[in-house]
Amino acid sequence: MAILSAQKMTKRFGGLVAVDELDIEIKEQSIHTIIGPNGAGKTTFFNCITGFYRPEAGGIFFNHHPLVGLSPDRIVRLGISRTYQNIRLFPNLTAMENILVGLHGHLKAGFFGIVLGLPATQQEEKEAAEEGRRLLRFVNLTGKGDLLAKNLPYGDQRRLEIGRALAARPKLLLLDEPTAGMNPRETQEMMDFIQHLRNELGITILLIEHQMRVVMGISETVTVLDYGEKIAEGTPVEIQKSPKVIEAYLGRSSQVVS
Amino acid sequence: MLKRWRERITPTDVVMWFIGGTLLLLMFWGSTATLIEGRYTSHHWFDFLIFGLAQGSIYALIAMGYTMVYGTLRMINFAHSEVFMSGPYTAYFVAAAFYSSGFLDRQPILSLIFIFLVSMATSTLIAVLLERIAYRPLRTAPRLVPLITAIGASFFLQYTFRGLYGSGFQAYPVVKILEGEWMFGVFRILKFQAVVIVAAALLMTALYLFVQRTRMGKAIRAVSEDKEISSLMGIDIDRMIVTTFVIGGMAAGAAGVLYAVMFKQVHFFMGFIPGIKAFTAAVLGGIGNIPGAMLGGIFLGLVESIGPSLFLDGLGIVAPYQLKDAIAFIMLVLVLIFRPTGILGERLAIKKA
Amino acid sequence: MKQAIKIGLIGGVVEILLALIGMIEAFSQRYIIIDIISMGHTLIFLVALLMTSLSAKRTPHGNPLRAMINALTSGLIIGGFLAVLVVMGSLVNLRKVFINASPLLYQWLTFNQGIKAGIPLLLTGGALCGFLAGLLFLSSKLFRRVLIISLGSVVGAGVLQDLLRPTFALWGPLSVMNEWLFSANGLTLYGAIGLFVLIAALSYVWAKKGNVIRANLNGLSPSNQRVLRITTFLTLIMILLVLPQILGLFLSEVLTIVGLYVLLGLGLNIVVGFAGLLDLGYVAFFAIGAYSIAVLTSPELGFFNLSFWGALPFAIFIGVLSGFLLGIPVLKMRGDYLAIATLGFGEIIRILVLSDVLRPWLGGAQGIGKIPKAHIAGIEMATPQQIYYLILAGCLLVGFISWRLRDSRLGRAWMAVREDEDVAQAMGINLISTKLLAFATGAAFSALSGAIFASKLGSVYPHSFNVMISINIICLVIVGGMGSIPGVLVGAFALVGLPELLREFAEYRLLVYGAALVAMMLLRPEGLWPEPLQRRELHEGESSDAKPNH
Repeated sequence: MAILSAQKMTKRFGGLVAVDELDIEIKEQSIHTIIGPNGAGKTTFFNCITGFYRPEAGGIFFNHHPLVGLSPDRIVRLGISRTYQNIRLFPNLTAMENILVGLHGHLKAGFFGIVLGLPATQQEEKEAAEEGRRLLRFVNLTGKGDLLAKNLPYGDQRRLEIGRALAARPKLLLLDEPTAGMNPRETQEMMDFIQHLRNELGITILLIEHQMRVVMGISETVTVLDYGEKIAEGTPVEIQKSPKVIEAYLGRSSQVVS
Repeated sequence: MLKRWRERITPTDVVMWFIGGTLLLLMFWGSTATLIEGRYTSHHWFDFLIFGLAQGSIYALIAMGYTMVYGTLRMINFAHSEVFMSGPYTAYFVAAAFYSSGFLDRQPILSLIFIFLVSMATSTLIAVLLERIAYRPLRTAPRLVPLITAIGASFFLQYTFRGLYGSGFQAYPVVKILEGEWMFGVFRILKFQAVVIVAAALLMTALYLFVQRTRMGKAIRAVSEDKEISSLMGIDIDRMIVTTFVIGGMAAGAAGVLYAVMFKQVHFFMGFIPGIKAFTAAVLGGIGNIPGAMLGGIFLGLVESIGPSLFLDGLGIVAPYQLKDAIAFIMLVLVLIFRPTGILGERLAIKKA
Repeated sequence: MKQAIKIGLIGGVVEILLALIGMIEAFSQRYIIIDIISMGHTLIFLVALLMTSLSAKRTPHGNPLRAMINALTSGLIIGGFLAVLVVMGSLVNLRKVFINASPLLYQWLTFNQGIKAGIPLLLTGGALCGFLAGLLFLSSKLFRRVLIISLGSVVGAGVLQDLLRPTFALWGPLSVMNEWLFSANGLTLYGAIGLFVLIAALSYVWAKKGNVIRANLNGLSPSNQRVLRITTFLTLIMILLVLPQILGLFLSEVLTIVGLYVLLGLGLNIVVGFAGLLDLGYVAFFAIGAYSIAVLTSPELGFFNLSFWGALPFAIFIGVLSGFLLGIPVLKMRGDYLAIATLGFGEIIRILVLSDVLRPWLGGAQGIGKIPKAHIAGIEMATPQQIYYLILAGCLLVGFISWRLRDSRLGRAWMAVREDEDVAQAMGINLISTKLLAFATGAAFSALSGAIFASKLGSVYPHSFNVMISINIICLVIVGGMGSIPGVLVGAFALVGLPELLREFAEYRLLVYGAALVAMMLLRPEGLWPEPLQRRELHEGESSDAKPNH
């Protein structure tokens, strides 16, 4: 049932062990959250899944297909796409173009097809634009498709980034702090949106989150990382009660747990 | 299993290793052939060595500027070659005046010191102006923007100096005390080459000590490490960046006079090739790394002076010395491909995602 | 006040620099208005006017009196600087160091009035510029616009007299204007005044009524707009086709040079503008195209003796291949390292071609001669007017390909790589094939340009392919606007066409290029003519289903 699993995955930077023998299983169609203090190795784990980093030891499997050593573009074609903690859109492309880039892997047009304007290519381009518009509407950006990504307000940028990730038609969507920098109302909207994503599209969602309200509100499983190690896993309620987690958060950092 | 393996090794890797291997093999073959043939005597090799050292120490001095600016600003100061050119070209007029008035022959040491000072001052001025006008407003711009600016500034300066001083080659006056040679046992060293090596060594030691020991040097290193944290620690970032330009400019100005002493002429385009070579040296040593730049410069000087005879002669290539510059460029490309962190390694952690 | 002094000082330094690098003297040979004002003087005035306007504009709170005083101060300082230069020049022989500090320069600077009269003249001149700038600043926007446009046209007509005179001469009714407008060197006084008044009137009318016309055009029905677009397009093509016949030999030659640079620029636009790979060794592919044609066709070497058309596919193929080969090693490099590595490649290729090692095949420093011309339908493409059509065809083809690619899956992939390589890869873009395709396409365009260049010149020399060509091309792409196809055209005309027309400018070409690059990056990084945004969302009707395909 696990769509993604990591087995004894380890990533080091020089002497620093960022992720230490991590075992994790993400159930299909679940909303799974990873939490942990700053520097716990959460984003590093994301980077290992998406092929940006190569772990030193252990394996990551996506539907039993090993991911370690594959390049990021191959991994996204297998059905994993992501967003970034500090939004990374293509700033000088329009919102629409950003989404169309997300579709890249599903389009086939080749050099000569494009130059000669073959009917198949034109048809494909038309369908892509169609799907792009649908996605814009889905992430609530209808009418803003022709604006440059850099000119969009913050919340729109967050949603556009998710729209771009969705354009890759993922089976597993990785969201790195999707509510960072949002006010309570926006946060609530984002939570509803994430649930909507899973319920409507049946996508598995793995997210990193700091706001406890979000973690408790939408996740089915929570994994807690500290110093690259998994210290707890379970339902939100279980995690809230776990003494180890409380210590990791309150014991030494100023992270607020609400 | 084979499929898995194929997924992980790209065809480009194979091509790259093939190119690298072929070049290494050719080098090895050429060197062996040259040595077996024995066309060059040990005197020849010694001459190559000294020439390489002298040339290399000039590269090393210029490379300091590239490496320090890269350290603090993460940009290639493409116009540094013009910083290097501006000094000796301006100082030429001082030298010519000294020569025609006979002062150069009467007080050669004093004249040389004065020439050095003028050259260093001009280069420093140009470097500081560059920073202030062209680079400072672009600190937060995307990476290519300051590079393009630097390229523009480089050509602007070249042709400004061409307009000011003329487009011809200017022959630097000969300093008599630097003519002739010293004998070390059976080996002879041209005086000016020895002086270039010694002067460059002294300057580099001074610079190294400045960066390693003084308060300011430490502040500069802190800025290269992390700008934000340094500014939180109360370091004036702007001042430190200007200081790196000042040091780089001074080193380049001094290198310029040494270059003029060695090659006896100046020209508005004289900075271009040494500039690229010095950049190569900085990359060779690991850009951002000051001792690396020194080592890289000397290494490049040696390879350039020994290389054509050693590698190419044995391969039966006609006039191998014509390919001297190509050797340097090939080294540059090879280092960038296979070991972009340089010999000593980039001291700066590469920050990603 | 402090600001005004600072601006004045900067302006003064700029003026002195312009004088000492010889630009003013060189430009003084050409009159804008005969015997009244030369191009050199215009340059001095323009710089002074620009700086004093800046001074007025920077005045805090826009206080009119203060602005006027500031502009005057800056103007006086600028005039003072020039006066000091003249005095210094008369006392000391600056020429020992600054070769352009000639007596002639001082004569030009003082309007032939001698030192004594010249100094007050320069000071008043500076103050006058300041006063004018102040007036302009205080006057209404409409007045300012009309004045700037009409003055600009007079200066433009004077600068481009070599272009306009022969063009008018070929057109029966217009040739009358020549007599009235132009003298042997520069505009006539009456011509200048007439032109000024005419343009002023026209721009005034346009400023008042332009909105109405534009609104009318926008108000046309879609089908009418389409007709309008097609008509404009066809007219444009017609003009392009008859252009060499109108312009004559010299200007057609200029056009062919511009055309070759347009080809090169469109190619580099794909590499730098679309994919963001700053290639400083781009001239290598130009050389490869030219040398391929030379080796394949020249009877001097006698290897193949193909015709131009027989050799062209091979030349382009070799270009593409070398694009791949030189692209592979730099695939993993980022931004600035890539720039330097490609610069290295360009130089390696030039050194190899120049060396004696490859001499039997590539001719060494002597190059290769006797390259045959291209034939179309049995006609030899020999004169610039004929070659123009060859180049025009090339430009249209390459422009069309660029345009198709830009708005496609590949174009978007290139731009994504330009914007953020890591994210592009994480969105499923294969960096290797995407970058290699950019290099190869750019190389193909460049090789085509090189091939035409070789056949046009009839010979190739290694010296034609130095790093300056790469820099020229980069400049025109950046000044025009990175990633913009019309920008390449604008860039090529401005940076290649204009210097060809103004021969006194040739000396300062790279200086101006360098300054233009810096100024562009500091003030207008998107270029003179940035690519218009693609309206993709509202292109066609909206669909009603709000759920993505799965």
